[in-house]
Amino acid sequence: MAALGSPLRTLRGLLRELRYAGGRAGRPYRDTPAYQHIVAAFRAHRVTSEKLCRAQQELHFQAATYLCLLRSVRQHAALHQEYHGRGERSPEEVAGLVGFRLPQQPGGKG
Amino acid sequence: PPERKRFYQNVSISQGEGGFEINLDHRKLKTPQAKLFTVPNEALAIAVATEWDSQKDTIKFYTMHLTTLCNTALDNPTQRNKTQLIRAAVKFLETDTVCYRVEEPAALAELQKNEWDPVVAWAEKRYNVAIGSSTSILGPNIPASTKETFVSHLASYNMWALQGIEYVITQLKSLILSLGLIDRHITVEKAVLLSRLEEEYQIQRWGNVEWAHDYDLCELRARAAAGTLFVHLCSESLTVKHKLLQD
Repeated sequence: MAALGSPLRTLRGLLRELRYAGGRAGRPYRDTPAYQHIVAAFRAHRVTSEKLCRAQQELHFQAATYLCLLRSVRQHAALHQEYHGRGERSPEEVAGLVGFRLPQQPGGKG
Repeated sequence: PPERKRFYQNVSISQGEGGFEINLDHRKLKTPQAKLFTVPNEALAIAVATEWDSQKDTIKFYTMHLTTLCNTALDNPTQRNKTQLIRAAVKFLETDTVCYRVEEPAALAELQKNEWDPVVAWAEKRYNVAIGSSTSILGPNIPASTKETFVSHLASYNMWALQGIEYVITQLKSLILSLGLIDRHITVEKAVLLSRLEEEYQIQRWGNVEWAHDYDLCELRARAAAGTLFVHLCSESLTVKHKLLQD
């Protein structure tokens, strides 16, 4: 079984990611189906006996995987915005990089 | 092309005849081929809905991996059947990343041995097969019986789960690492690290370039995590709608 660490830490991380991902201001992230589903699932699988052990591990793995998904998507999107978000330069800007100006052609290109 | 703006206020899920549906305001989400978007599992529907609800001003489809996986399962754009998917998956074993070793530099060869031998050994033990590894350019020689074992193992998964499995294998370039994930033997972070072992080695030696390395790392983690979650949710017996998952 994979080395997952503390389930509480995973849960906290998950809820934090849901808070970051909340798209619409004004709707509290606690109201979302995802938040409620995760909290309910963790509650249902609380330690009560040995028999639940395997189900708990499966849930924890699933939670850790979902946490990885949310976190990685957020980080990737942030990197994309920072480094790849500006798009291409216009022809005017490119010309300006080396000190040229595009010719003015009244009536458009030939 | 300009990005699509977020055109909906509320995202919700509802249960229809074929499974769970995603509603964007009053509109029902459709696949690229205009089929009704239905998923067999409520948790998966919630996760897809969360992807749509996480979009801010513009819809960034490249971040919506679960939605993409569902669309692939529903539309099957490559028109492959179960047998073809399984064959494609098992074929990867012939060029499996963790079996394909270098001889130099010595430090990298050592790293591959230390990091990859244990996971190959795990797969051999778990599935009772011989796999091995190779420094030959032709890759490892996989016995037919090993391939047959994996073919029959994968046949126990339904079509949706298989789409997910094949996706993870393609991303990680490794059947063995993908099985490690599906069997919960390793975490996504570990699987991605093992998949990118040579990159990590080079990064240690030559330095990290955030806009390339971290970008690729995060993207691979996101895709592997999405694929793994997708496989597990589609394999859950509790909420599976057998009608939808017929092969």
